[in-house]
Amino acid sequence: MTMEIMEGSIAIAETVRLCRPQVISAYPITPQTHIVEGLASIVADGRLDAEYICVESEFSALSACIGASAAGSRVYSATTSQGLALMAEVVFNSAGMRLPIVMGIANRAISAPLSIWNDQQDSIMMRDSGWIQLYAEDNQEAIDMHILAYKVCEDHNILLPAFVCFDGFILSHVYEPIDLPSQELVDSFLGPFNPYQKLDAKDPISFGMYATPEYYLEFRYEHDQAVKRAADAIKKYGKEFGEIFGRDYSELVVGYKLEDAETAIVAMGSICGTVKDAIDEMRAEGKKVGLLNLRCFRPFPSTDVAKALAHVNTIAVLDKNVSLGAKGAVAIEIKEACYGSNIPVYDYILGLGGRDVRKRDIKKIVELAEKGEGDMFYGLREEVL
Amino acid sequence: MNLEDWYRQDRLPHIYCAGCGNGTILNCTLRAVEELDYKKEETTFISGIGCSSRAAGYTSSDSLHTTHGRALAFATGLKLVKPRQHVIVFTGDGDCSAIGGNHFIHACRRNIDITVICMNNNIYGMTGGQGSPCTPYGAISTTTPYGMQEQPFDLCKVAEAAGANYVARWTSFHVKELTEAIRVGLETPGLSFIEVMTQCPTSFGSKNKMRQVTQMLDMFRDNAVLKAKADRDAAKGILPSPEKFVVGQFVRRNNPPLGVEAAK
Repeated sequence: MTMEIMEGSIAIAETVRLCRPQVISAYPITPQTHIVEGLASIVADGRLDAEYICVESEFSALSACIGASAAGSRVYSATTSQGLALMAEVVFNSAGMRLPIVMGIANRAISAPLSIWNDQQDSIMMRDSGWIQLYAEDNQEAIDMHILAYKVCEDHNILLPAFVCFDGFILSHVYEPIDLPSQELVDSFLGPFNPYQKLDAKDPISFGMYATPEYYLEFRYEHDQAVKRAADAIKKYGKEFGEIFGRDYSELVVGYKLEDAETAIVAMGSICGTVKDAIDEMRAEGKKVGLLNLRCFRPFPSTDVAKALAHVNTIAVLDKNVSLGAKGAVAIEIKEACYGSNIPVYDYILGLGGRDVRKRDIKKIVELAEKGEGDMFYGLREEVL
Repeated sequence: MNLEDWYRQDRLPHIYCAGCGNGTILNCTLRAVEELDYKKEETTFISGIGCSSRAAGYTSSDSLHTTHGRALAFATGLKLVKPRQHVIVFTGDGDCSAIGGNHFIHACRRNIDITVICMNNNIYGMTGGQGSPCTPYGAISTTTPYGMQEQPFDLCKVAEAAGANYVARWTSFHVKELTEAIRVGLETPGLSFIEVMTQCPTSFGSKNKMRQVTQMLDMFRDNAVLKAKADRDAAKGILPSPEKFVVGQFVRRNNPPLGVEAAK
């Protein structure tokens, strides 16, 4: 293994190269730009035999991916925030056509007001689209999840598209030590794309046709079943990934000092790093706090979550998103997973639009949760309200 | 009112890079507005996303900073509700012709009574210099590292063909002509489209052998061909050099506009 210091976006671009997509189609948007610039250079330099399409919008970007995927090629795109919002129609469309597209999401807040900074509202907005959603804690996970996502998505028993989500700027623009796998290893894990079905004039099929009321419900059921089956597929291929690359992804939820924890924090993405540091300090003070890192939001691993949290007294959920008028999307799921357990689940909406979250904030949240205060926006500046 | 009063002082300093041409274009626009003695309460600036679109936020009258490419659709809604309002849209080549291309052609087709100022810097400047539909053939950008292999749009031809009542092109070098064109555009009922070639030394010039701002301005001065001369050359059968571009007024007509209050 050789570790190299790389910017997250460049590491992702190089990893996508290793996955050998045949078509890349993307529209520049901050903070995703370095990924597509990296890929444009890789293709232009002849380091990857692929078509790079400079499309005129995100809507066109994913539409071109749908066409290329339906024609039987492995495809890649990346976007964030407003770009993902503009794609909405084709996000649902591609999932319904069961095309194994992988797309990187450099998580960013949604307008208005305009913000280029990080939260996870964008991918959460697509919660119900039928895409798999994986969340990376660091850049190594972000690149590993790209490789893993292709493997899971292209499984003929799954056939779904996937978001690989990584926090914009916090990960996309940060230099970290990366173990970039060799082409041989990635080839041995992924192999060439073997489409279950594709557009072929010799054996014509149609994608995306009408489903009349006699069939639509069954299409949606089959789609839902596939997303649910993806949980086991991620575990299976995550284990296989670990055997080949030395980093295990066989769990959809990962605990940190959770075994004997009295208070559990549940979080997704890069914030987990901060939480772990805060937990170390709280543990040194004798507080039994642990973390449950949610690596996969769709399919939602309810049973795994319930099992991992069964022994704790209090749960504090950190949500970098909010379903306005309700709660954070993660908290809603955690409450559902823990239904019947009588463990109180408190939700903290925080870090929206790039607001920094520090170790002292995590400690403060643990104190609030232990006092029974929660279901709130954390860190509001009262003076500007 | 003074020109300075049209600036929202508390938003300054602006975000434009040193040497950027967008400030010049904003200045020319506000000067034209000032010459026409528009009132702040009668004037609304609307913009999309990108460097060009920051301009609306620097004006002291009402402004609407919209989503990427959609300024013209927002402007259409506003103008139809307030037909007496002077509606000015700031957009860029990416905003107007890529992600907003459909809104652009339909706004021209409807001939909605607004004035559109397109700051064409040939690149996506704000996101760091990716190729746009106006990146010249062969030009270097971060997504075309060996040169753009697609043909660019001629936005003025698109606007004219789609139905805009007034179409002109100038550059950030031609300050007086540009100010005059914006004034004429504001006074022409229907959609007025003014394309302004502008320098992006940070993301375009630096990659295309024009590191100095003055090199880009010299290029605008040297390569701009007045429409009358271009027409004369065409009549003589002289083919224009590929690096040249035509400036001036392309069309001014009186087709029925949308969004003009009927005379009572």
